[in-house]
Amino acid sequence: MENRALNLLDEALGLGYQTDPWPLRGKVVLIEDCVETSGCFVLHQLLKRTLSSQSPNNTVIFLAFSHPLSHYDRILRKLGCNLVAQRENGRFFFFDMLKLLCPDEKEGRTGKGGFISLYWKIQDTICALPENNKNHVTIMIDDMSLMEVAAHGSSDHVLDFMHYCHTLTSELGCSLITLNHEDIYTSMERPAFMLQIKYLVDVFIKAEPLATGLAADVHGQLTVLNWGFCNVKGSSNNKITNFHFKVKENSVEYFYPGTRT
Amino acid sequence: MAESMCRTLRDGSLEGEQAPALTIKDIAASPFGFHVFSHVLSQLSSFILASKSQSRGIVIVAFSRSPSFYVDLLKRRGIDANSTHKWIQILDCYSDPLGWKYQRMGSGNCMDVSHETSSSLSRACKDVKDLDKLYSMILELGKGKFYVNLCCCLVFLNEINEMLRHSSTPTVASLLNNLRSHEQISSIFWLLHSDLHEVKVTSALEYLSSVVASVEPLHQTAGGKRGDLENLSLLEQNFGKGKLQVRFKRRNGRVRVVNEGFHIDQSSSNFTSVLSEDGLVNQINQCLLPKVQFDLELSEKERIDRAKVVLPFEHQGNGEPIHIYDGRRSLTESKTEATLASSGNSQKTDSGEGEIIYFRSMSNINHGDSTDDKMTNHNI
Repeated sequence: MENRALNLLDEALGLGYQTDPWPLRGKVVLIEDCVETSGCFVLHQLLKRTLSSQSPNNTVIFLAFSHPLSHYDRILRKLGCNLVAQRENGRFFFFDMLKLLCPDEKEGRTGKGGFISLYWKIQDTICALPENNKNHVTIMIDDMSLMEVAAHGSSDHVLDFMHYCHTLTSELGCSLITLNHEDIYTSMERPAFMLQIKYLVDVFIKAEPLATGLAADVHGQLTVLNWGFCNVKGSSNNKITNFHFKVKENSVEYFYPGTRT
Repeated sequence: MAESMCRTLRDGSLEGEQAPALTIKDIAASPFGFHVFSHVLSQLSSFILASKSQSRGIVIVAFSRSPSFYVDLLKRRGIDANSTHKWIQILDCYSDPLGWKYQRMGSGNCMDVSHETSSSLSRACKDVKDLDKLYSMILELGKGKFYVNLCCCLVFLNEINEMLRHSSTPTVASLLNNLRSHEQISSIFWLLHSDLHEVKVTSALEYLSSVVASVEPLHQTAGGKRGDLENLSLLEQNFGKGKLQVRFKRRNGRVRVVNEGFHIDQSSSNFTSVLSEDGLVNQINQCLLPKVQFDLELSEKERIDRAKVVLPFEHQGNGEPIHIYDGRRSLTESKTEATLASSGNSQKTDSGEGEIIYFRSMSNINHGDSTDDKMTNHNI
């Protein structure tokens, strides 16, 4: 078994206490970032953590709207995870959605192309998994704002798709992890799309710059709101955590404010 | 007050009147509407099981949670789940609201991922955009099971918002109005995330409601920006607790607004309904007190010492007989007191801390107010 030290992010997500059942099972996780502070690294860390040898039944379905596989492969290799090998082992399914353009509403109803057929692909992939792995699927989306672009700006289509993905969390215990950019919606008086997604989530991770400005040793701060945190005793409670981070070449350091000189 | 909401729904409607309707609304800064909703649902379930309610059953229209979730929820709250099929029916608008799964099954490529469709408690709706069909399905579920006096609890979790996303406000309002007017429906309630819609949409739904319960954060951010994480301490203060403002509309048009606080112990189980209003105010005041180095509160000793100080009033409650000054009999007493004071004898009390002796002025004898305009002499 892989011997690894827990970091603050793992603790905030409750990943340290147990691996079976997977602590994020049946949960929706939203990572929200902004231009100044990217939250991509959280997605990469969770991808690596999900595919770690501690959880051999976990399977990841990755919907990539922003980068090709080679991008993620390079990053994950540095973190010590070989995505290509995982794909060959049937634990990592990469859906390249860079060129996805949804058809208009009439064509969309027939299911040819667009989010309906994407959902069917996910459903078929889960269906084809071995019985042991069907209940350990994590769906990752990078990122939601580009889903809106693919849907010609129709947030309703994206929300419909997200709803169907959400049904997989309750019916099969899948996890759903998504990335979104907050600042895209800041000028809107009522960012209904973003708020609607927030109402769906069980865990909300926000990456933002320090209020005091740029610093050499601190790249930003993470705030984690965990609505269904499970502690050691198994009881569930809400938890809020805030800590700083520094993204390094092969890892990320997490630390509480004021603990670094 | 949360209990009076439940009682309003429990008592149902009088003959010829519309069913009472409850809107539970929340915002992203305090997204605890679902906890309030769960509380109301479990209370109503208890009433129905104890035959204390006008209604005999509940029809849940599930938009944002699976049918099994509701059964588990009631189990967690200690409600007998074995008998649920006798008094709960669930219209499943969650599992396949647009028929995507059904289409896939039709094309023969499918898996039956949904365990919900086979449940004896639920019936699937595959086109939530057709509100006429939805209306008839709700009534069929009620009639088929409970015959008369059903209580139709519309659980639009997240998701009267979800209905409003698929249909226009007038059609949703029309559906709600029709349900309220139906003679077999004793009460109806729904959850609304109010910040997803324009004010006019929220207002339209509130006009349809006899009770509106607003879940609000205990502390608003300065800019009023929703979900603002800038102020972490504010976020922590609002995390897991909030304020419930309930507006009751009476038949005669009178509106009563009551405020309560709540806190959530554990996400899965106990919604501790309410602090008393005083408790909430105290809690708010405590939170509002600035964190300063010096202590604004009195210690226990200081409080006792303060209580022992004899104030210049006639009724001290110090064990001696209380004489109520009537403005006539005090001439001789005043003389005695004056003599004592002039001889320099101070009156000692058991307190030993200090006392204030006052002399009643003769000129004040005829005045009714015995506490004003006294000549005082502090003798320590």
